[in-house]
Amino acid sequence: MTRKKDEILFDHNHDGVDRRGFLKCMAWAGTGTFCVMQGGVLKSYSLSRIADLSPAQMKGQLSFAQISDSHMGFNKPANPDVAGTLKAAVDKINALAIPPEFLLHTGDISHLAKPEEFETVEQILRGAVAKDVFYVPGEHDVVGDDGKGYLERFGKKSKGDGWYSFDKKGVHFVGLVNVMNLKAGGLGSLGAEQLEWLENDVKRLSASTPVVVFAHIPLWSVYPEWGWGTEDSAQALAYLKRFGSVTVLNGHIHQTMQKVEGNVTFHTAASTAFPQPQPGKADSPGPMKVPAAELRGLLGITDVSFVQGQEALAIVDSRLE
Amino acid sequence: MNRKERCLVAAMVLAVVGVAITEASSLVRVKAREDVAKSEVKIDNFSFAPGEITVAKGTTVNWVNRDDIPHTVVSDDKTSFKSKPLDTDDKFSYTFSKEGTYNYFCSIHPKMTAKVVVK
Repeated sequence: MTRKKDEILFDHNHDGVDRRGFLKCMAWAGTGTFCVMQGGVLKSYSLSRIADLSPAQMKGQLSFAQISDSHMGFNKPANPDVAGTLKAAVDKINALAIPPEFLLHTGDISHLAKPEEFETVEQILRGAVAKDVFYVPGEHDVVGDDGKGYLERFGKKSKGDGWYSFDKKGVHFVGLVNVMNLKAGGLGSLGAEQLEWLENDVKRLSASTPVVVFAHIPLWSVYPEWGWGTEDSAQALAYLKRFGSVTVLNGHIHQTMQKVEGNVTFHTAASTAFPQPQPGKADSPGPMKVPAAELRGLLGITDVSFVQGQEALAIVDSRLE
Repeated sequence: MNRKERCLVAAMVLAVVGVAITEASSLVRVKAREDVAKSEVKIDNFSFAPGEITVAKGTTVNWVNRDDIPHTVVSDDKTSFKSKPLDTDDKFSYTFSKEGTYNYFCSIHPKMTAKVVVK
């Protein structure tokens, strides 16, 4: 008997998905994002469909890859092999025709902020062609020790609770921390000290400098009922109003979403670990265990890029199917 | 009543008393179980259940995480009580020795809030 292509060989959790099938559907879910800056405008593409991109689409003044929510240490049925799916994301990055200059990890590196979890992620990412990795913490990375372990390992050159900025080829990158000192009933929070630092950090830049801001929890209200937003993000965005091109990259919600608001384009990246439900589509934002076919339908429609026209912003659907 | 009958009556009395004692102690046990149940908070599906419990002063409240995501139990003032990150099936206990209303939340998912009232 010949095997069908998608035949399940090992179904340990009796959910109709074996490990290979799972890796395959995670590939569909998007294991990372390829970002390219063209004419000061950032475009992002899901790594799962990068093979269909033409070299012209991938070429720009600067390209990098974003990965997010690797949740190393998670071992529940929604993904019993988070190391395997992170490695799969690295393989995709390494297979890019134009190698990204560096990687951004937008938080929830670990599941429980354990040193061995951080270590495993660092080890796996050392296998990527891009050697520099820029991190910001997720709430899982600062749990239990108020971020001490995270800061010792990843935050040596950062300020305060781990925020920092750097420049690459004329693009200004700002890594923000919105997972510390969270208050009961509240959302993500940047805090007065960090906001003041941000105001000063961008003051010296010319308005034509493309700015990329990355942080774990979305800096726009995706779904406040589930805590998917940052309470003082409006203040941060106010400091960025005068810039012609601002891109905000987030993680946290384990699905890709994009939106334009004025001069700002917002992107959230998929998780390399497990998907979460769409806002309000479940009782809670817990890990989602879905059959591969459903996952494709759920996440296969979000590859949209935004292109800035001469006078107004235009949204161009760049689905790669 | 001969000796044999007296013995039988004595045995029956003892038996009845014995049953009564057993019943009484099982009642005590049931009562204790109810108290434990009342002072246990289950964490599941990104919420604390029950969201509000009232306990007597000196009661130890036990939390257990039945969710597949870690959570914490932290008083709103962040100083009265604070658990370590609780992974699936991990437990946390705190004994409330003073009367008052204690609001608490999950510091990882701050939308999760609940309270303990101590009388």
